Amino acid sequence: MNNSRIFLLIVSFIVFLLLQILVLKNLVLFGTAFCFLYVLYILLLPIEIKTVPTLIIAFVLGMGIDLFYDTLGVHTASILAVAFVRRRWIKMITPRGGYDDDLQPSVLNMGFGWFFTYSIPLILLHHIFFFYIDNLGTGLFLFVVQKIVASAIFVFIMSIIVQLLFYRRRRGI
Amino acid sequence: MQRILLFLYSIRALLLFIFLEAVAIWLIVSFNSQQGSVFFNSSNQLSGTILGYRSGVMDYFALTSVNRNLMEKNAELLAELQKFKNPPDSVFIPLDSALFGDIQFKGAKVINNSIRLSQNFITLNKGALQGLKEGMGVFNEEGVVGRVKGVSENFATVISLLHTDLLISSKIKSTEVFGSTKWDGLDSKKAKLLYIPRHVDIKVGDQVVTSGYNAVFPEGISIGTVLEVKQGTDTNYLDITIELTTDFTRISYVYLVDNYKVVELDSLYQTTGIKNEQ
Repeated sequence: MNNSRIFLLIVSFIVFLLLQILVLKNLVLFGTAFCFLYVLYILLLPIEIKTVPTLIIAFVLGMGIDLFYDTLGVHTASILAVAFVRRRWIKMITPRGGYDDDLQPSVLNMGFGWFFTYSIPLILLHHIFFFYIDNLGTGLFLFVVQKIVASAIFVFIMSIIVQLLFYRRRRGI
Repeated sequence: MQRILLFLYSIRALLLFIFLEAVAIWLIVSFNSQQGSVFFNSSNQLSGTILGYRSGVMDYFALTSVNRNLMEKNAELLAELQKFKNPPDSVFIPLDSALFGDIQFKGAKVINNSIRLSQNFITLNKGALQGLKEGMGVFNEEGVVGRVKGVSENFATVISLLHTDLLISSKIKSTEVFGSTKWDGLDSKKAKLLYIPRHVDIKVGDQVVTSGYNAVFPEGISIGTVLEVKQGTDTNYLDITIELTTDFTRISYVYLVDNYKVVELDSLYQTTGIKNEQ
């Protein structure tokens, strides 16, 4: 992990945060599909980052998002769950031959199939937390499930597009 | 002892996770009250400024509809004003100012709004320095918008009518039957009118307005029109759906109700033990 990588991580943190609060906050398809693209930032952290730093990054990111959504703590609670599970989940789905060091688990580096199994459960976990807390006390079960599924699909598609457009495949060694 | 420390060290990630999650849940629970603390939300200085920049850009796209609405409101007010002009053929006695209402209005601009969550908030570009206070009612030329949750120096957050915890005291305009309007979290154009007894005759298309029974809103601000009346599952009350007159997708300027007597009313309610409805 050299300085330029850390610099890139910080810059992309700010970009993801600003993108989420200034643009994507207003992007809701059909009233059900939300675009919580900031989950992708946690998903795309390099594999060797341990759980403790991931949790701290997720906490700061979640608080930043909550500040602008006026949902104090809701985004934080859900993104923390993703950050906690992420490393275990990565270990659980290790491909044959293991991971290279210092690798970004993006769709370009790992292939579509791996990224699908990696990201979908984590995105779903985040959305279940978020919409469950958001709708506590309303008793709208089906509507919540609809929101969770629609948003998860939307975020997954958006994350694939964003990676194809703005990320580079790691040069082979 | 060393073993315990080693054990704790080995589960440090879990401990940190539990700690941070507890902080988040504590924040959710303690800050979701109706009014109060505004440090950690969109009305603090930093986020307010950023949102202000964004709204500075986005406002241009809403100019047409804003202008049209303001013109309509102006025309309405001009018509109102005609009633107070002294007619040339009669004696005009100016009323004493004490007889005028206790209410003044303030204007503010919306810089942040959400409609899709189940608990939506609006941020305004004015705050305590401009005279905004907690608990003020908020409306625009179309109808009721919400109620101020908290203010910082230059910004304020408003609980939108599209918030599943907010109750607005309301009545049917034609029959003066009163109930409470509450959003059910489903559709940003519809809400429920609660606590209307079964024996009351309500027609589709009846207008619902604020009741003026408390100091938050003056009487007669439009809320919606009755869309559907059903005999619900509740044995005592009707299940009424109303269509909101306010279009929450394009709120840009709002008015706030400043009631001089709100403190007096509130303390009266408190001493007599009446729980005030929003």
